[in-house]
Amino acid sequence: MCAVRGLGKTYPAVRGRRGAPGTPEVRATDDVTLDIRQGEIFGLLGPNGAGKSTLVRQLTGLMRPDAGSVEILGHDIVRHPERAARILAYLGQESSALDELTVSLAAETTARLRGLDLRDARAERDAVLDELGLTALAGRPLKKLSGGQRRLACVAAALVGERPLLVLDEPTTGMDPVARRAVWSAVDRRRAERGTTVLLVTHNVIEAETVLDRVAVLDQGKVIACDTPAGLKEQVAGEVRVELVWREKPPLDVPEVAALRDRAVESGRRWTLRLAPEEARVAVATVTGGAAFAALDDFTLATPSLEDVYLALGGNARSAQGLVKA
Amino acid sequence: MTVVSADVLPSGPLAVPEAAGTGAAELGPKARLWPSMAAVYRAQLSRARVARIPLLFVATFQSVGILIMMRGVVDGGSHDAQFVVAGSSVLVVAYVGLNLLAQYFGQLRGSGGLDHYATLPVPPAAVVLGAAGAYASFTVPGTVLTALFGCVLFGLPMGNIWILAAVVPLAGAALAGLGAALGLLAPRPELATLLGQLGMSGALLLGVLPADRMPDAVRFLRDLVPSTYGVEAFAQTFGAHPDWALVLGDLAVCAGVGVVSLTVAAWAYRRAAVR
Ligand SMILES: Nc1ncnc2c1ncn2[C@@H]1O[C@H](COP(=O)(O)OP(=O)(O)OP(=O)(O)O)[C@@H](O)[C@H]1O
Ligand SMILES: [Mg+2]
Repeated sequence: MCAVRGLGKTYPAVRGRRGAPGTPEVRATDDVTLDIRQGEIFGLLGPNGAGKSTLVRQLTGLMRPDAGSVEILGHDIVRHPERAARILAYLGQESSALDELTVSLAAETTARLRGLDLRDARAERDAVLDELGLTALAGRPLKKLSGGQRRLACVAAALVGERPLLVLDEPTTGMDPVARRAVWSAVDRRRAERGTTVLLVTHNVIEAETVLDRVAVLDQGKVIACDTPAGLKEQVAGEVRVELVWREKPPLDVPEVAALRDRAVESGRRWTLRLAPEEARVAVATVTGGAAFAALDDFTLATPSLEDVYLALGGNARSAQGLVKA
Repeated sequence: MTVVSADVLPSGPLAVPEAAGTGAAELGPKARLWPSMAAVYRAQLSRARVARIPLLFVATFQSVGILIMMRGVVDGGSHDAQFVVAGSSVLVVAYVGLNLLAQYFGQLRGSGGLDHYATLPVPPAAVVLGAAGAYASFTVPGTVLTALFGCVLFGLPMGNIWILAAVVPLAGAALAGLGAALGLLAPRPELATLLGQLGMSGALLLGVLPADRMPDAVRFLRDLVPSTYGVEAFAQTFGAHPDWALVLGDLAVCAGVGVVSLTVAAWAYRRAAVR
């Protein structure tokens, strides 16, 4: 339903002024090719700055690509960006247009601007607020809600009025599990009842594994893999992830520990290692016995997640830490 | 959580209808101009309750302050007094319509808030007119209050004060249209704020004093500021025998500037929405 071919966007370099350093040009999306099928929940996964928002802004007609084509349901969005608004609903990362409205008015106004008449707009508003558990907050301005509540209200605005494609840029940021569940079941219901397609941006690997049918992994503007979460994980099926958390300093005087360090991704007191099962067994034996054990705070052994896939695909280790696991 | 896999999805009647021939799907409905303008207008009015009240108070306070200060140098009932009262009243419109609206659109554009409107099938004119209309409405209480206070303070007749019912919407259209256009055209939000402030300072400095005392160059400048025509129209009506043709002429200039600036603003909106 949505075909993306060779999409590219480079933000121009900005020259520094009066001693302030300029910024170099950024290839935010680089020759991106994707096919999204009708009725699937398709994810874009990647760390901060990977180019996810830039990509969806090009798909929604908000930003003209430097190169490439976007076709949604047979419409050329690069040539006719104004048609996107009549095919899809978009939830951006910013909410400033709605901040000073009440939850109820934000949803109602958005529904009216999506072409519904007053009666339908109000009916849709009530249904969506109820579905997302927002009825009690309906009279409060978005500005005066908590971050998660505000995000939920923005999701409500995105869901009012029927659209065959939902483009959601990190819809669940800041939400508690109850709110997340409400969002996912609202999305699922639309898909089951109307065949709605969903394009979802996330950097939450757990969310990606549980809700997505297929996922494209983005790194520095390039799609480095695209498959089902299970299919992606098969690429690293032979590996085990070992996480070690040290009490204070890692006991580098133990030679086996010092040897492990070379293969670990360190973040604070935490080491993350991807090892073959046999190596993992040896590593665990080492750290749970002898001198190293005294320095160990916690350890886990796990089958690989999408985060490991990301690393195995050559995504750089520092930005992989930007993927959220919660 | 229930995740429905793609292959159990309904096809047929529930699937998106494909238009015959072209292979392209039918598009959703467009929002029509008037209903969507009404929706934007209503949303903007409600913003006033949440966010704008302190600034509306400032707008009125500023104009009332100018009246009180000018009372020391201008005689009550004089020709000059007519300009002082008319100028301070229209200044409320300039403050809210030009300055605050330029700020609002500048910030909306800078923060990416325009994306929300740009991904809805709403005509650009509806967003611009709805917001401009709402900001012009915000000015009504302050303008009326300033005019009444001015009439009492300077001993001017209140018989023709109904003309405000034409001055506020027409000067409002001209100034709010200009504010919207500046806000949407300015490359950075700070610049939008600056331009809005400058426009308002122009209305303040050139509008409150009668033109006869000004040097030619300043008079020329004064003729370029759209608020001037609102001031002229209103000031005329304090006279014993107002020249209604002149009043209509001045109001027509306001209307003309309004049409042009709102058209430019709608164009600027479209340009700002797709980068
Ligand atoms: N307006 C802009 N001007 C210049 N560079 C930009 C602009 N917007 C984004 N970039 C750069 O383009 C790259 C991609 O940004 P983008 O917002 O698409 O990332 P993202 O994947 O959505 O990240 P996040 O997870 O933080 O939302 C980043 O390096 C960013 O710094
Ligand atoms: Mg983003």
